[in-house]
Amino acid sequence: MSFERLPWALWRAQILAILRLEVRKTFFTRRGAWIYLLAFAPVVLYAAHSFVELKNGGHGDLGEDSHIFAAIFQFFFLRLAIFFGCVGIFGNLFRGEVLEKSLHYYFLAPLRREVLVVGKFLSGLLAATVIFCSSTLLQFVAVYCYFSSNTLQEYLFHEHGLAHLAAYLGVTLLACVGYGSVFLAAGLLFRNPLIPTVVVLVWEAVNGFLPAILQQMSVIFYLKSLCPVAIPEATSMDKNSLLSFLAVNPSPAAPATAIVGLLILCLLILALSSLQVRRMQIDYGAE
Amino acid sequence: MNAHDTKIPLLAKEGPGVVGRRGETETHHPPAPPQVSRGAEDQRIVFEEVSKFYGEVLGVNRVNLSIPPGITSLVGPNGSGKTTLMNLMTGLVAPTRGRITVLGMSPREPERLFHKVGYCTQFDSFPKGLTGYQFVYSYLRLFGHSHPAAARLAEQAIERVNLADAAHRLIAGYSKGMRQRIKLAQAMCHKPSVLVLDEPLNGLDPLIRAETIALFRSLAQEGLYVIISSHVLHEVDALSDQVVLLSNGYVVAEGQIHGVREEIHEHPMQILIRCNRPGDFASRIFQQEYVVEARILADGHGLLVKTRDADRFYLLLNRIAQSGISIESVAPADDDVLSVYEYLIGAEEPPK
Repeated sequence: MSFERLPWALWRAQILAILRLEVRKTFFTRRGAWIYLLAFAPVVLYAAHSFVELKNGGHGDLGEDSHIFAAIFQFFFLRLAIFFGCVGIFGNLFRGEVLEKSLHYYFLAPLRREVLVVGKFLSGLLAATVIFCSSTLLQFVAVYCYFSSNTLQEYLFHEHGLAHLAAYLGVTLLACVGYGSVFLAAGLLFRNPLIPTVVVLVWEAVNGFLPAILQQMSVIFYLKSLCPVAIPEATSMDKNSLLSFLAVNPSPAAPATAIVGLLILCLLILALSSLQVRRMQIDYGAE
Repeated sequence: MNAHDTKIPLLAKEGPGVVGRRGETETHHPPAPPQVSRGAEDQRIVFEEVSKFYGEVLGVNRVNLSIPPGITSLVGPNGSGKTTLMNLMTGLVAPTRGRITVLGMSPREPERLFHKVGYCTQFDSFPKGLTGYQFVYSYLRLFGHSHPAAARLAEQAIERVNLADAAHRLIAGYSKGMRQRIKLAQAMCHKPSVLVLDEPLNGLDPLIRAETIALFRSLAQEGLYVIISSHVLHEVDALSDQVVLLSNGYVVAEGQIHGVREEIHEHPMQILIRCNRPGDFASRIFQQEYVVEARILADGHGLLVKTRDADRFYLLLNRIAQSGISIESVAPADDDVLSVYEYLIGAEEPPK
């Protein structure tokens, strides 16, 4: 069947139907409350910082704050908040349905399993993107809100402030794409989510120690390459220290390469997930 | 359908206890795969030498079936392989060996299969937070139906299972019977040709049960393939056009129930006769070598006859009736599913 003759309209309608069903589950579950806490914890931290600065007269250092923002974004938000948020959201897309014994309803519809994988991935991506991008935006507002409007206008419109914000939002989105695909696959392959989570966490952490070719097999390699602000503490510190490895890419990829590389990695993982879902059988009794 | 319409191969087990799980002695030979032409295969649900193992555990073994339209019941105790057969024909599990086609389609092609097949599973679980209507409607949207079409089909299906009043309540608040009916509505909402129903009468009160059985009959009359699993034999008896008897993962008999009964030669047919002079009747029939036993009923108004050749016995009945004995009624006493099941599977766990 030629590319043009594939039933794209049907697949689009089916993906929208999956999104309608899944969004309800991914956004509004009590079990997912911890993801919101994790995502918006930095906002609370920055809001408290701004409040204290305001009480002290609001004479903060914008450059210092942007470095603090960059450090928290890399060390906490990317590596922990988005990472574990994606474990919770994407890891449960299939695994959660198996545990609730409701996956068979999808398998009993005239639906290609590949379409189901794409639909589920997009629903997870929608939830993760809305949660974490809105957190990034609010963090950006919270960290700089105590500065005067003149300082802010100068920073945003004349000193790359808006470009940095766009870059952080883009990195957040790509982190959701990358970690989302990894944990969707992990939810299909493993009964216990702890094992793949620990393995990927360690893999991402030791990324800096790995040969260049293996570094490209990780999500954080591409994300670090795209972060707009370098962390001076990490770049100036001893090259052999752990923090240096966590924060600095010895050979960062060019932005276009990083984006394309991450998307290719994601597509490969989704293709493997589709193969796994095509072979999948309903055997809730074995769970 | 009468006994002569039975086209699928009949298989009767050689004796109790000869079939067993993997590792046990097997003394019977599996039936040959059904010889089904390509054209006929498009009109049937066909299993060819199908086996399914869950690791070391046997699900079903060497199943050969060719299921025609009408109501077919899969009968057997828990663990006999009924659900496995249903899951195999709907692609929820893949066979370890063998080949399955449903109206010519492979269960591994859900995008084709489920336009023609609806499956009401035994799983009593639902996507969270949905009303009955939303449950059926959402499923229809997965077919690619537009909103108006999905809404219309959902309403029709819910109406057909008599659940319209509760359609907009959360499924979490439904009774067991209501959940069973909303699953049924979901299975038939897209107007499938094949309806696979795993224990569909479980949890239904007597009134709804009668309505549901009537619904199955009307669906079968419309030309659908209705495959029902049950362990309640008297219901199956009243409902089915043909039965598939399962035990320990093996098909021990299949076909129209009267045809299956006639194949069990080691158990003479039992026929209940109501007449005015049972003593005279008994003396007349004892002269025949194919009559094994005649027992006069306790009320003195009839007798129970055991015969090895029912056809010849019925011919004899005509002559007896002409000789002056008034015969009120003649009825087979053991060609129901329960008797057949007991004859074939005997010592094993009997269904209800």
